[in-house]
Amino acid sequence: MKVCPEGLYVEPGGFYVDPVRPVERAVITHGHSDHARPGHANVLATSGTLAIMRQRLGEGAGGAQQALEYGEAIRIGDVTVRLAPAGHVLGSAQVVLEYNGSRVVVSGDYKRTFDRTCAPFEPVPCDVFITEATFGLPVFRHPPDLGEVRKLIHSLEIFPERSHVVGVYALGKCQRLITLLRAAGYDRPIYLHGALEPICKLYEGFGIALGELRPATVAVKEELKGALVMAPPGAVADRWARRLTDPVVAMASGWMRVRQRARQRGVELPLVISDHADWDELTQTLEDVGAPEVWVTHGREEALVHHATQRGIRARALALVGFEEEGA
Amino acid sequence: MNRFATLIDALVFMPSRNGKIRLLADFFSTTPDPDRGWALAALTEALTFNEAKPAAIRQLVAARVDPELFALSYDYVGDLAETVALIWPERHDRANSLPPSLPEVVDTLRAAKRAQVMDLVEGWLDTLDSSGRFALLKLITGSLRVGVSARLAKTALAEWGKVDVGELEECWHGLTPPYLDLFAWLEGRSERPAAGHGAGFRPLMLSHPLEEEDRAGLNPADYSAEWKWDGIRVQLVAKGGERRVYSRTGDDVSGAFPDIVDHMSFDAVLDGELLVARGEGEVASFNDLQQRLNRKAVTAKMLQEFPAWVRLYDILFDGDEDLRGLTFLERRARLERWYGAVQPRRMDLSPLVPFAGWAELEALRENARENSIEGLMLKRRDSAYTAGRPKGPWFKWKRGALTLDTVLMYAQRGHGKRSSYYSDFTFGVWRGDELVPVGKAYFGFTDAELVELDRWVRNRTVRKYGPVREVEPGLVLEVAFDSVHPSNRHKSGLAMRFPRVHRIRWDKPAGEADRLETLQRMVVA
Repeated sequence: MKVCPEGLYVEPGGFYVDPVRPVERAVITHGHSDHARPGHANVLATSGTLAIMRQRLGEGAGGAQQALEYGEAIRIGDVTVRLAPAGHVLGSAQVVLEYNGSRVVVSGDYKRTFDRTCAPFEPVPCDVFITEATFGLPVFRHPPDLGEVRKLIHSLEIFPERSHVVGVYALGKCQRLITLLRAAGYDRPIYLHGALEPICKLYEGFGIALGELRPATVAVKEELKGALVMAPPGAVADRWARRLTDPVVAMASGWMRVRQRARQRGVELPLVISDHADWDELTQTLEDVGAPEVWVTHGREEALVHHATQRGIRARALALVGFEEEGA
Repeated sequence: MNRFATLIDALVFMPSRNGKIRLLADFFSTTPDPDRGWALAALTEALTFNEAKPAAIRQLVAARVDPELFALSYDYVGDLAETVALIWPERHDRANSLPPSLPEVVDTLRAAKRAQVMDLVEGWLDTLDSSGRFALLKLITGSLRVGVSARLAKTALAEWGKVDVGELEECWHGLTPPYLDLFAWLEGRSERPAAGHGAGFRPLMLSHPLEEEDRAGLNPADYSAEWKWDGIRVQLVAKGGERRVYSRTGDDVSGAFPDIVDHMSFDAVLDGELLVARGEGEVASFNDLQQRLNRKAVTAKMLQEFPAWVRLYDILFDGDEDLRGLTFLERRARLERWYGAVQPRRMDLSPLVPFAGWAELEALRENARENSIEGLMLKRRDSAYTAGRPKGPWFKWKRGALTLDTVLMYAQRGHGKRSSYYSDFTFGVWRGDELVPVGKAYFGFTDAELVELDRWVRNRTVRKYGPVREVEPGLVLEVAFDSVHPSNRHKSGLAMRFPRVHRIRWDKPAGEADRLETLQRMVVA
């Protein structure tokens, strides 16, 4: 394994994991745009991820696409490749690599919290664990997600005439939040910004029930009073949101845990709901996989490397570039 | 503690005043006694106990968390209470111990000795969730800073209880936490608590701006005139040994003005303007006064450099005698008599300005160019002192504003309803062939004009810095302002008072905007 400008390269197999530039052969962990980039000649991923890539990237989803389901193994070059559920979004996977009797696991993005929209994370014991660290500081502890959803429902009760617009990432967060709302008993229609509709349809195609969804774009202003509206984070405080009456601006993200960060974004109702592992999940996962060596790909690496080192694990930061905060 | 913590969280994020009132009303109606009363006391800073020092809190957390991880986290978060609230390791047996209620925390802290405080805090931190820990840490370090003034809390109580806020002010001072009698009254379960008064705030009488059309219907002989001073309105209350200085919204600012409080050795309630002196009886600029505002405590140096005094213009109580029902002329006579008898230091009387008719008054107003004068006040001679803003008895007649043609340089997104608009504008004037910023304005335009300004900004952006856009120098804003002062805070060396957009000069080329020298000439020393 080595780090190249294109990304993480698996030399004996001749392929990259989540490369940031177009390559000959790529294994993709999940469909977020910073991991699933366009223009690779051969793409291997779960069927869920491939469906997402086809929808988001069209022609750019890859020349030849090969689906590999969770648990199935395939040989590429001298390497055996298997995909294990990562619990991040629909189709998300860890890449399990075996070569010469040793095992390396690339986590991709992951979380340990229960999520109705995807298969739960499976800890795979390994020799080297390559992990993300988006929320790699002990201040990041995501509270129970149903409690956060209840805050949203309570606010709808106190401000019944105000639209509640929730900033959500189009892939994953949006659908998970909808299933959480439904589980908490919210059965009114939910209004969606146009950018969120295709992925919701795709999720429904994979058998995930989301209840009644309506387009916010054509809805009359009157109908949106007191309604729940979801939009991409960039749209909630911009021109698009002007169609809403005195909206309560909410944002569903792990970053909302830090008050100042939420306030900077003009968020009135922060919802700490994340599709990434929090500090406790990150450190618990290091225990669970039992790897004597850990590489940290992106996020707040320093603290996690410090923590691992203190536990007698050889740890280093790869500082991969090109991974943003989509899906956080 | 949980409900209180949830309220604190919601208030932290709520940008609008009305929204804060709604959150408070919801809290008061759904939280039982005495919890809601202690929360009210915490919000209005009416609680006193041994506070905890930040260093002691750092020590607590150092015993629980790896120092390097704490340092990295503190670096990232920036606020001590928040970092500790978030990083405090949760115990898995927490579910077995009930978090303390707010009354329990308050009662225990009030009874505790200083040395016991940190042990108590440590125990509570172990049983609370992160919001609870944040609220507790803010509470014990002595300031919540959630944007709720005493006045706002009272307004929320009045709206929720459907009573007049003036009525609430009347009885406020007789109340003590946890305010059981207050809530009983607001819920219609009992009569209004007795007007305890003492050194409480009495609601102020406020004025309306004098419009051209108002003047036609007024008889000048019915009114007395005074200068409108450019300070801050205060109410001085000295009753039964207690001394208070209140701002116009009823917030207690006594702590910032010991030099006034020291000389309040009388028994009266007075209305006047707080000013800073420069030399003998001369009024310093509002900039100097600002050095003294928003401080909980002041240094000896500040007291010497920026001495405060109060220019009195009304008397509400003389001893126990309520004068508010008398006419303005009667009160004025009482004020003069009182002043002559008591001769308080650091106070003088705002003189009446004699005039024969509107024309003379208008000339007086236009010719008054001292910085300390904002214009004139007109007070109807036969009017009683009535709380609130009744239309007719009191008018303010500000002198004409200064104006300047400036060039729009930067625009920033607004807040709340304006969060999708570039609505805060930084403007500059020419110095040689470069523009130097001279001020910032975010009102003075209509909603329709804001839409156009927003579009203009988006189309002419040359650089973005986070929420701020730098625009090409192409739009002239005619800015109105009350006065301009030297300032070392601004690159231009000048600061405007009350700048607002007067007109948008879509027609005027940026090159023809004013120069810095023009603004410098407007400075009145």
